Amino acid sequence: MLKKTKPGVNRREFVKGTSSALVLAAASTVFPTFAIGAQAKVKLGVLLPFSGTYAKLGSHILDAMKMRIAQNGGKLGGRSVDYVVIDSEMKVKESTSRTNKLMQKEKADFLIGPVHSGIGMNMARMVKNKKVILVVPNAGANQITGQFCAPNIFRTSFTSWQTAFPAGKAMLKAGHKKVVLLYWNYAFGKQTATAFQESFLAGGGKIVADMPTPFPKTEFQSFFTKVAALKPDAVFTFYSGGGAIKFMKDYAAAGLQGKIPLWGTFLTEGTAKAAGSASEGIISTLHYSSELRNATNQKFKVDFKKASGDNADVFAIQGYDAGSLLIQGMQAVRGDTGAHKDLIMAMENSVIDSPRGEMSFSKSHNPIQNIYLREVRGGKNEVIGIAEKALADKAVGCKA
Amino acid sequence: MEPSFYFIQLLNGIQYGFLLFLVASGLTLVFGIMDVINLAHGSFYMLGAYLAYWLSGVFGSLFLGILLAIPLAVMLGWVVEKVAITHLYKRGHLDQVLLTYGLILIFDELQIILWGNDSHGVEVPSILSGSIPLTDIQVYPVYRLVVSLVCIMIAFCMYFIINNTKLGMTIRAGASNREMAQALGIDIQRLFSIVFSLGVALAAFSGMIAAPIDSLYPGMGENILIISLVVVVIGGIGSVKGAFVGAMIIGVSSIYGKVLFPDMASIVVYAMMAAILLWKPKGLFQAT
Repeated sequence: MLKKTKPGVNRREFVKGTSSALVLAAASTVFPTFAIGAQAKVKLGVLLPFSGTYAKLGSHILDAMKMRIAQNGGKLGGRSVDYVVIDSEMKVKESTSRTNKLMQKEKADFLIGPVHSGIGMNMARMVKNKKVILVVPNAGANQITGQFCAPNIFRTSFTSWQTAFPAGKAMLKAGHKKVVLLYWNYAFGKQTATAFQESFLAGGGKIVADMPTPFPKTEFQSFFTKVAALKPDAVFTFYSGGGAIKFMKDYAAAGLQGKIPLWGTFLTEGTAKAAGSASEGIISTLHYSSELRNATNQKFKVDFKKASGDNADVFAIQGYDAGSLLIQGMQAVRGDTGAHKDLIMAMENSVIDSPRGEMSFSKSHNPIQNIYLREVRGGKNEVIGIAEKALADKAVGCKA
Repeated sequence: MEPSFYFIQLLNGIQYGFLLFLVASGLTLVFGIMDVINLAHGSFYMLGAYLAYWLSGVFGSLFLGILLAIPLAVMLGWVVEKVAITHLYKRGHLDQVLLTYGLILIFDELQIILWGNDSHGVEVPSILSGSIPLTDIQVYPVYRLVVSLVCIMIAFCMYFIINNTKLGMTIRAGASNREMAQALGIDIQRLFSIVFSLGVALAAFSGMIAAPIDSLYPGMGENILIISLVVVVIGGIGSVKGAFVGAMIIGVSSIYGKVLFPDMASIVVYAMMAAILLWKPKGLFQAT
């Protein structure tokens, strides 16, 4: 009876540029074929969250992508760009009709989105064998470039495997042989834990206790009591956002900080400052840190701050790199989205000068990238090493 | 595992049990005395937590926030009783369930409009942020002990009010025979307003003191509602004593369930309920 009701403002979809769509429709009846391809606007259908827990992620991705395209004169392959933006509200059910709207009604050339892995898998299934090209700027479910992989699906973010697999080796290297696992009990948390164990067990490590905690609850006291009783060498975790802040603070309040080292992936991303001293010394593996010293990142941080008013984070750079990928692909075909095969080929072969360091794409269209080892010092994720150089996802189940 | 581990987990369980008792006692009072099933009870818990979050943010102190939020909660209870609940006294339980379920939807939407559907945390006040060492590496946060103490105090107050005051006497009279109490000149309508407001205040207050322990997220009210219904049913509908015992049983068993059988954690509580109801179909204590 009491199924979780998640009331939200349903009609919060907002569509920009419908008027220009009408103009475009009118124009296309006048000029046939390729002529429009070069002159008409390129349409980017964006499905990202702009409300709710992940609202910031959506706006960071979109702001950074728009900024990258603006740096290119606001054009892709010589054509100006039309953005059609829909708020995903993180609702998996509604993502089908929303994706359809962008594909069929808006006839978008590219789909950009989503953040949520469940929506990501849904979109991946829907674009199979279609002309539209999907660029995923976050959703990290392995399957999107695994069993659902397709020529027209690209990802500029990560897979859960990529971020967690290097942590296993890194922890063994740091001398942590007996580890407790603590993670939110939902798809992404479980994938993270599995990927971690893959390298950790192979290297001779031992999981002392595997403790999934209910998602999105943040009452950790009884789990911390167990950690204290087990006295493992270290704890490996997956928590993110507001839950991560609470986790780090409670870990410190339970007296475990500094006594039993804490490791994670997204744990300290965008949360280190908010957690205050409770985040000091936490080590994480991720494909970016705002403290990376390369020139692209230095410039990106300044530009992004100017464009959005916010500090750069991993989500922003994923949006930025989605912009770079579109620019390179469209440059190669001079804006002719009709040259489907050539466009995909160009995108596949593009090498992106990303704030995270140089990045290319694997056969399954997921980034080949460095995974950095980061330690929180003074509220910042300082890079203390590279956990894995140029790591490609295994793309389990990808046959395309 | 060392014995201290079980002891500390027992502490965790009892602390959780106290909090559950605070929520469930309001529910069982309204149930037992007014014969109203109030599904919106969890929403008041949620509103209490968000009020504490909001007011402690505005005034920079959780104590001040709670102090201001309590009268607001009582007023809210009073208004809801006058506007909605009062029409339910002569109606069946199905109507009550429908109306109070509607209230859940309204309060959830209100919460999203006012505070967004982001999750939030509330800081533990700095004087209570210390901790007490228990073993060589485990410490126990002071705030959790304080929460338990506050719950014990409230439990005693309730016991005293119900058994030793005139208000308590009228409450008991109204519960055992409404018509007779009315015939003897007790203003039942007013009594019900008081009881309902008290129930709302208990739920909201639990939300306020729990805010720094848990975090605030949309739907938190439904979670606590379901577990408090379990407590009320185990304890015996309408019995405050039953709510206390039920809360302790559920608190301790759910904590042990979580750490000893993590795979079956969500079943443990319901299995416990099923076992108790098989043994005592009307709950452990019948309302008197």
